[in-house]
Amino acid sequence: MRVKMLHSLIQKSKVLFGVKNETPVLGNETCSQAFENAVEATTQNCQSSVLDEEQLKGNEEFRDTIYDHIRNIRDPEKPATLEDLNVVYEDGVMVSDDISVLNAMIKPSTEDDVRVVRIEFNPTVPHCSLATLIGLCIRIKLERNLVDKFKLDIFIKKGTHSTEEEINKQINDKERIAAAMENPDLRDLVEGCIQEGD
Amino acid sequence: MSGTMGKLELIQTLLGHEGRVWDVCWHPQGNTLASCGEDKTIRIWGREGSKWANKTILADGHQRTIREVAWSPCGNYLASASFDATTAVWDKKSGQFECNATLEGHENEVKSVAWAKSGHLLATCSRDKSVWVWEVADDDEYECAAVLNAHTQDVKKVVWHPHLDILASASYDNTIKFFKEDVSDNDWICIATLVSHESTVWSLAFDSTGTRLASCSDDHTVKIWQQYLPGNTEGIMTPGNEPVWKCVCTLSGYHSRTVYDISWCHNTGLIATACGDDIIRIFKEVEDSDPNEPSFVLYHACHGAHTQDVNSVMWNPAVPGLLASTSDDAEVKIWQFTD
Repeated sequence: MRVKMLHSLIQKSKVLFGVKNETPVLGNETCSQAFENAVEATTQNCQSSVLDEEQLKGNEEFRDTIYDHIRNIRDPEKPATLEDLNVVYEDGVMVSDDISVLNAMIKPSTEDDVRVVRIEFNPTVPHCSLATLIGLCIRIKLERNLVDKFKLDIFIKKGTHSTEEEINKQINDKERIAAAMENPDLRDLVEGCIQEGD
Repeated sequence: MSGTMGKLELIQTLLGHEGRVWDVCWHPQGNTLASCGEDKTIRIWGREGSKWANKTILADGHQRTIREVAWSPCGNYLASASFDATTAVWDKKSGQFECNATLEGHENEVKSVAWAKSGHLLATCSRDKSVWVWEVADDDEYECAAVLNAHTQDVKKVVWHPHLDILASASYDNTIKFFKEDVSDNDWICIATLVSHESTVWSLAFDSTGTRLASCSDDHTVKIWQQYLPGNTEGIMTPGNEPVWKCVCTLSGYHSRTVYDISWCHNTGLIATACGDDIIRIFKEVEDSDPNEPSFVLYHACHGAHTQDVNSVMWNPAVPGLLASTSDDAEVKIWQFTD
């Protein structure tokens, strides 16, 4: 019963997200091939009863926990939260091994099954440094508050920013982030945005 | 081969650093180790019988994270590169380690420092996109010999050729560059730019001959580059009569996150990598593989080598198979690899 449900979910996702042969994603695999491999692996898992409802629920809870941490981050400019401004949204939080995102270009979990969390955000203003600052806030908030082991990738929603590749590269370079957070002014700014409560 | 050959045995875990440990460097004689990190300290570890113990903690040398440490080839000096934009040079002439020189000039974080084998040159690089070459004069005097602005972004790493005064640098601009001093006018120039990686190049390692270079990147690959000299028999063009470097092998599909560091053992030829997926991997060249198209296999993969990102790995220069690693998990580990 579960296997059938899973299969149908996967097929629906595939259709919804229009997986087709594109430029190679992982090594020499095409996107479609990678997807097929993932489907195959997941199906096998199902058949050996490894992936069950509890695990699915666990991933969902993890996603909810993550979203709960980032939704209340204050926007650096406006007196509102990132959720209020639709800068972050539930669908923007993706966790590896999550069935609903097998179709996306999610990097798989590490070989040791450490979850990879991918967060997409949509900066309101096409201002480079503000977008970088938001990315920084999201990362710091999660690194400080999540108890479970995870790896984190943060990306700007595609097509919303002319310099999105530049921003994505910066907000995922941990050396740049570490150095930035040693800058007292920047650190204060970030602390101000991520502080809990009013 | 699926990464299960040989054995990587944990010899000891060195505790003490607080927070991320960025780098580790073996003393050229092999019985001392220096480590550094975000706690702004340098810790020096030495052998005490069969165990390794903390010998010294150098605090107050830097105001911010210490990113890399490097022993001079003679072993008498230790250089430290810091986010505070300075590079400190320490020595033990007084009996205790003291900072007797501070190299200033970079506009922001210094990311790497390296000593030339010849002993009288030092190189540093920074987020300010420049690579600096320093000449070591007598008595703790260091003079800036060149400021090289060839990269278009943050420079992550500098390494010297194992025998010659040729410098290689790795950058956030996805390229690797080579520099050397032009004999005719004593000016340092960029003699090669290696383009192939699709994201930041984090680190570099020459093989023992200096004719091969291994690079590792945020693009999750390791690349092996081969030097072709002017007049080479393979018919590779060498414009300007300088050696040309070609990417002869790409190891992809092995690392699932950024590869932060790479070390090429000059004794065994094994390549070790430090990756953001917490795994230390060891690669070995396939015997009798074509030098112009070599094959490397994943010889050993040490899963969960650390509980967080592995930031640096270095083979011991004197003891074959001895490996040190550091991680975001605040630990330094010493391993023994046996075939």
